[in-house]
Amino acid sequence: MEKQNNNAPTLTKRLTSLQKMIGATLASVTFTLATPAFAEELELEKEDLKFGFIKLTDMAPLAIAYEKGYFEDEGLYVTLEAQANWKVLLDRVIDGQLDGAHMLAGQPLGATIGFGTQAHVITAFSMDLNGNGITVSNEIWDQMKPNIPKDESGKPVHPIKADALKPVVEKYKSDGKPFNMGMVFPVSTHNYELRYWLAAGGIHPGYYAPHKGDTSGTIDADALLSVTPPPQMPATLEAGTIYGYCVGEPWNQQAVFKGIGVPVVTDYEIWKNNPEKVFGVSNKWAEENPNTHLAVVKALIRAAKWLDDNDNANRPEAVKILAQPNYVGADYDVIANSMTGTFEYEKGDKREVPDFNVFFRYYATYPYYSDAIWYLTQMRRWGQISEEKPDSWFHEIAKKVYKPEIYLEAAQLLIDEGKMSKEDFPFDTDGFRDPQTHFIDNITYDGRKPNDYLKKFSIGLNGDTVL
Amino acid sequence: MLNRSIRFFELTGMNWLIPIANLLAGKNPKAQLNQLLASIGAPLVAFLIFLLLWSTAASNIKTSLGNLPGPSQTWEQFESLVDEHTAARDKEAAFYQRQEDRNAKRIEQGKEPKDIRPYTGAPTFFDQIFTSLYTVFIGFAVATIIAIPVGIICGLNSTIYTGLNPLIQIFRPVSPLAWLPIVTMVVSALYTTDDPFFAKSFITSALTVTLCSLWPTLINTTVGVSTIDKDLINVSRVLRLSWMTQIFKVVIPASLPMIFTGLRLSLGVGWMVLIAAEMLAQNPGLGKFVWDEFQNGSSNSLGRILVAVFVIGIIGFLLDRIMLTLQKSVSHDKTQEIR
Repeated sequence: MEKQNNNAPTLTKRLTSLQKMIGATLASVTFTLATPAFAEELELEKEDLKFGFIKLTDMAPLAIAYEKGYFEDEGLYVTLEAQANWKVLLDRVIDGQLDGAHMLAGQPLGATIGFGTQAHVITAFSMDLNGNGITVSNEIWDQMKPNIPKDESGKPVHPIKADALKPVVEKYKSDGKPFNMGMVFPVSTHNYELRYWLAAGGIHPGYYAPHKGDTSGTIDADALLSVTPPPQMPATLEAGTIYGYCVGEPWNQQAVFKGIGVPVVTDYEIWKNNPEKVFGVSNKWAEENPNTHLAVVKALIRAAKWLDDNDNANRPEAVKILAQPNYVGADYDVIANSMTGTFEYEKGDKREVPDFNVFFRYYATYPYYSDAIWYLTQMRRWGQISEEKPDSWFHEIAKKVYKPEIYLEAAQLLIDEGKMSKEDFPFDTDGFRDPQTHFIDNITYDGRKPNDYLKKFSIGLNGDTVL
Repeated sequence: MLNRSIRFFELTGMNWLIPIANLLAGKNPKAQLNQLLASIGAPLVAFLIFLLLWSTAASNIKTSLGNLPGPSQTWEQFESLVDEHTAARDKEAAFYQRQEDRNAKRIEQGKEPKDIRPYTGAPTFFDQIFTSLYTVFIGFAVATIIAIPVGIICGLNSTIYTGLNPLIQIFRPVSPLAWLPIVTMVVSALYTTDDPFFAKSFITSALTVTLCSLWPTLINTTVGVSTIDKDLINVSRVLRLSWMTQIFKVVIPASLPMIFTGLRLSLGVGWMVLIAAEMLAQNPGLGKFVWDEFQNGSSNSLGRILVAVFVIGIIGFLLDRIMLTLQKSVSHDKTQEIR
């Protein structure tokens, strides 16, 4: 299957060297006359790249940038490769087997502060907002259902809060049965969202204590959370190892289609427009390949825009691409359910969630410091950061990992090339979103004051508490 | 001509073709037809019964991915894999065309054209078959290079054999799944180059194959060498043959049948191990294909996995036939029946 690349026609090569001599003399002239066509030429340090991803619909910007030729437009030859799980993916980015990857927002942060594998990983591109859900097994759903308020038509009132789950968890606890739930990785959005939802309903999801060597995250827990790779979630639920899970799409819709579980809440309802995946690269790679990094971000921005263009008009085509076995590979209908603006809860209870997957609107691709800080607050809340840290520490880490300056440079290049307009990007932001209010427990988040925010939770560590 | 082809069919184990050859030559048609019916008829009936059982069982087993696919659904998936393969080839051609166009444009602009890159798209099912075959042969070749010399030494010297025997007996039954994590870590630790010629996953899978397929060849070679007729050795001593000549002119030729029996077993083990190794090491071959399809969980996945199961089986069968042919062709006792 190998194709030898050095056999490019030698005749043309010779011709070219001749032309190059003429071209060189003209180069200075053409440069001053720089047309848009020339502006796109970045001096790339590396042209053959390999990016990793996990089989989830929010890897879409990578698939689209490849299939729509945006990578090639930048002169990049990218290979996309599905990875077995988040740990393998992160390790391969750190040791250089992958040039970059679709990552959980918490992964670059966790790696940089040294929770789990220690390495400086950065991101200059947020891949999407929302896109996750919490699913429980049919058995749990039947026990939860009587506790959920109904509207006139008899349908459950949304959002469904964990209050409805609390009596079920208590019953399992009093019967001496552990209540197991799955999430995808200790520093994953899903872990924090599931914890947020459970804690908002008074169910304690457990603390981590890395300084004592406890990284299972089950200290004081009512519900025991453990790691399962996303594509295996439905099978693990079906096997009865876990009673519920929090995961990205299509694995919640898969449970509905297979008839093995019921999605109860989406992360959009837990926190409206929450930041989700990022495109992460190692800091070393970014320093060695600054122009390549810019080119990659440019291609990804274009892909994200394509995904959201004209009110999601391109989504059906995107779903078709994602359904290919080498990308997500689930059935078209399963992926389409969430990608095209609807979400099916209980079988037949299909509701409109137009912003379930946001790739570009609301400045979704800009790497906000406040997004990074929210993840850091949750790491502190659940003990992954075991000691008190000053606000300045949170800001410093956010700036070390999130690189909006690279993003804006790429954005400016796209504007200069006439591919995008200035309004597409938040050029005047200081990197912090305004205080955000749309949480399921109505607590306001202000990224500028992380320690004050932590004090607002009734379950969770804050201040100088150390386990 | 007739005799030669019959000889060939016997050698390759395709005995059922002999009556057809005889029939074509017009030799005693009635007896040949009877023989043909006996040799083809029985397998054919068995196969039909198998298809029937499969399709009735499949339609009664309901999984969360829909019904277990029967023969016809599996065939459909095979066709769709072929379609995907042709579609991928078209995409590949377009990919190269785009590069040519871009280079042509660069030349127009007076710039150096870029190297033509190899296709970056995902490998198709059929590409993966070749990756698997390549991996298994490399692993098998390395195993052979180690096993035959060690086997010869063990066969010639009973002290060395007694020394190594416990080790051989302990490592021989170890499953590839137990070796794999260790091999993976060792490969990642030792194989560090900036521009790797082989992918790490490839080396991991190939080495696992080596570790597991080493033993049958080693043991058979040992047995083969140690049971050589003592007269042969004595004659070579009388002739004062040098040690090397003795090995190459007497020992190896005399033990070749046993060595090949070992090789045939080794290749069979290697092929079986490879699928498991590829699944876990994520080496882009048939094992990874099966794993990826399992992960995808689409309604076609089970059918596609079944296609892979048949392909794996058929390839395994063909490899065995090839080895059998080699084994028979080096066998001294041509009348002995080898299956």
